Amino acid sequence: MANKHIDEATGTETVGHEWDGIEELNTPLPRWWLWTFYLTILFAVGYVIAYPAWPMIDRATGGMLGWSSRGQLAKSLADAEADKRAIADRIGAIALEKLPADKALMRQAVAGGAAAFKVNCVQCHGSGAAGSQTLGYPNLNDDDWLWGGTLEDIHYTITHGIRQHEDDDKRQSQMPPFEGAFDAGQLDAVAKHVLALRGKSKDNAEGAKLFADNCAACHGPNGGGDRKLGAPRLNDAIWLYGGTKEDIEKQVLNPRMGVMPHWGGRLSPVTIKMLAAYVWSLGGGEATPGEAKAGAVSSSNRNGSQAAGQAEASTNERP
Amino acid sequence: MSDPDHPATGTLADLKAATRRHQPKEPAREHLPERLYEKREFVHNKRIDGRFRRFKWFVMFVTLAIYYGTPWIRWDRGPYAPDQAVLVDLAHRRFYMFGIEIWPQEFYFVAGLLIMAGIGLFLVTSAVGRAWCGYACPQTVWTDVFQHVDRFIDGDRNARKRLDAAPWTWGKVTRRAVKWTIYLLIGFWTGGAWIMYFADAPTLVHQFWRGEAAPVAYITVAILTLTTVMLGGFMREQVCIYMCPWPRIQSAMLDEKSLIVTYKDWRGEPRGSVKKAQKNPDSFGDCIDCQQCVQVCPTGIDIREGPQIGCITCALCIDACDKVMKDIGRPRGLIDYATLEDCQREAAGEAPRPIWKAIFHPRTIAYFLIWASIGLGLLFALDTRSHTDLTVAPDRNPPYMLMSDGSVRNAYTLRLRNMESRPRQMIVSLVGLPGGVMWTDTIRRRVAAPQQTFTVPADQLLTVRAYVVAPEGTSETDFDFRLASLDEQGETDTVKTRFNAPGEE
Repeated sequence: MANKHIDEATGTETVGHEWDGIEELNTPLPRWWLWTFYLTILFAVGYVIAYPAWPMIDRATGGMLGWSSRGQLAKSLADAEADKRAIADRIGAIALEKLPADKALMRQAVAGGAAAFKVNCVQCHGSGAAGSQTLGYPNLNDDDWLWGGTLEDIHYTITHGIRQHEDDDKRQSQMPPFEGAFDAGQLDAVAKHVLALRGKSKDNAEGAKLFADNCAACHGPNGGGDRKLGAPRLNDAIWLYGGTKEDIEKQVLNPRMGVMPHWGGRLSPVTIKMLAAYVWSLGGGEATPGEAKAGAVSSSNRNGSQAAGQAEASTNERP
Repeated sequence: MSDPDHPATGTLADLKAATRRHQPKEPAREHLPERLYEKREFVHNKRIDGRFRRFKWFVMFVTLAIYYGTPWIRWDRGPYAPDQAVLVDLAHRRFYMFGIEIWPQEFYFVAGLLIMAGIGLFLVTSAVGRAWCGYACPQTVWTDVFQHVDRFIDGDRNARKRLDAAPWTWGKVTRRAVKWTIYLLIGFWTGGAWIMYFADAPTLVHQFWRGEAAPVAYITVAILTLTTVMLGGFMREQVCIYMCPWPRIQSAMLDEKSLIVTYKDWRGEPRGSVKKAQKNPDSFGDCIDCQQCVQVCPTGIDIREGPQIGCITCALCIDACDKVMKDIGRPRGLIDYATLEDCQREAAGEAPRPIWKAIFHPRTIAYFLIWASIGLGLLFALDTRSHTDLTVAPDRNPPYMLMSDGSVRNAYTLRLRNMESRPRQMIVSLVGLPGGVMWTDTIRRRVAAPQQTFTVPADQLLTVRAYVVAPEGTSETDFDFRLASLDEQGETDTVKTRFNAPGEE
């Protein structure tokens, strides 16, 4: 450097640039700073040798340590799985009816169930588990259960499914089509009677008679339904396939009957248990018989009238 | 005393320029450009006694006592809260400070305190200059501690310089080993005291020595031990000169009205020994160039070069100079705390202003008012804050539910906050929802009612999933959840929310 610029005031060399008379001093760095800088360079060299760093044609150099982000992810997943193991084992070991009493474990089961629900169930039942009346998927938040709303009932339904061909223990029911059996007038009368079952609209004698002859065997004389037979309750406000007179007439003539896959064998027993806990916790879950009053009925196909509390069991799906 | 070279205006730059003119024999710097770095000369400052040194001892004692002692102060908060006066409980997200307890959402109190600390620094700077740097900054205090360790083990300035230059004999190795062991112990004690703020101190000490404390405790202690030894034991003034932003900010905050440590060059220059001055009284100033002010300086600067970034205004040079002036029978204060304005007045032969005028000027008063109003605002907020709170999060999916009897159900997540250190009964009621009843995930539907009572655990948030049911035919409407504590405080909180229902067909 031939011409050094020395700042007069400080005696320090400047970098040689000038902006409106302001110059930048080229003040020497402290030695420790310089060493730190050299150390970072050394570190970078070591890093490039140890870790994936240098881009090649199809991949980067592997690094001596063999570290990879995929490998780290796999390890994290395995660790997370191992962390959950203890809780999953406890959920698997506890009897279903005792689960709600163990508050902490129940909370974990519900959380796990919520996650599994979002993967396996939301496709039909919706992310809020509210189902869809248009598509005919039942709402799981309410207090109306086609096949029972205790933990055991829900667990059974999830395990074996509804009206599918792969599991012989499935929930099964069938409603005959009345197309051709009823004429237009009879259809009108029956629909009006069904609507009147809640006692909120005018009844008619013809409809009542037709109902008693054709429908009461399954749906009960007052339309209270029968979970054992899979016959939905007709005297409540919840309609799976719609509650207008037209909807009802359609259902009488050509019943829609929903299908649900069985999850036993596809999901692990612990996952199914957690799913049952989650659905049960959504707000409509019914108490297990032993928990409230003694209801000496089989857990999976109990009659609705025995449900504990005010959470009355009923059905509204048209099988 | 009037110096024809002395400029009439009094800016820092002028004073710097003025002092520079008096500077003797600036070392030749021709060979400078070849150096990539500034060689560090380790500072071996000489022992000095005087009023500022004694003040520094006092501040050191107080600040260290606060730092090491605070976690051990107990404060009774009843059976449901820790009894440590100052505790940052990260695990439970609580911050305790004597009678004050802060929850995470009240972090603005901490932000307010930090702002107060910042403005407090400005206030102190505008009133008394870099007093923070000189006396209270941890870097200063710990550096001081380590320098005293040096002095205790290796002797005073000259002995230490000799030892530094000496070859590595067994004697030197032993001394160094002892000294660095003491460094490590101080560092360890510093790091160890730090973690006491984050857990119950007596318990943590037990756990720590039994190896039962959390790994983060050991890691924190290790890091703080190292940084303490590094920064206080070895880097020392380098931190102040190169690493700390505060001296840079300060240089923007100081003006000719700021109190700084300054060398009164019009009185001291030109320098000459006592003998020379006796022979030729008129051609020499008061400075006898004894270098005492340089030797006692903990950052190794020469204050006679004027105000500079390396000066932390610890005033030890004032002590040193005063002692020399006393010995040779000249008036004290050749180096002294003064504002540049006062320096000029003094140089012009006017009487110095009283010191309080330097401290209370408009800028200090303005800073103080800002500082105090933030403090009052915080105190007011602290005093009037409610210890009870309710938040409501309505379920959005599904927005409403039809029940089998035709009624409409909405679900809400309620969070009941109890900031008292005792369990409290609280009642939640529905206001403005005719016929509405509620039950929860723990209260059964058969006891559904327009209001429900909860026991909220001490110092905690109770999360409740509430199901609210209104009779068939209820249309969409706003209503309130009203929370009331069932105790003498009777605190309430009302949250307006929405009840969704099917629209008209």
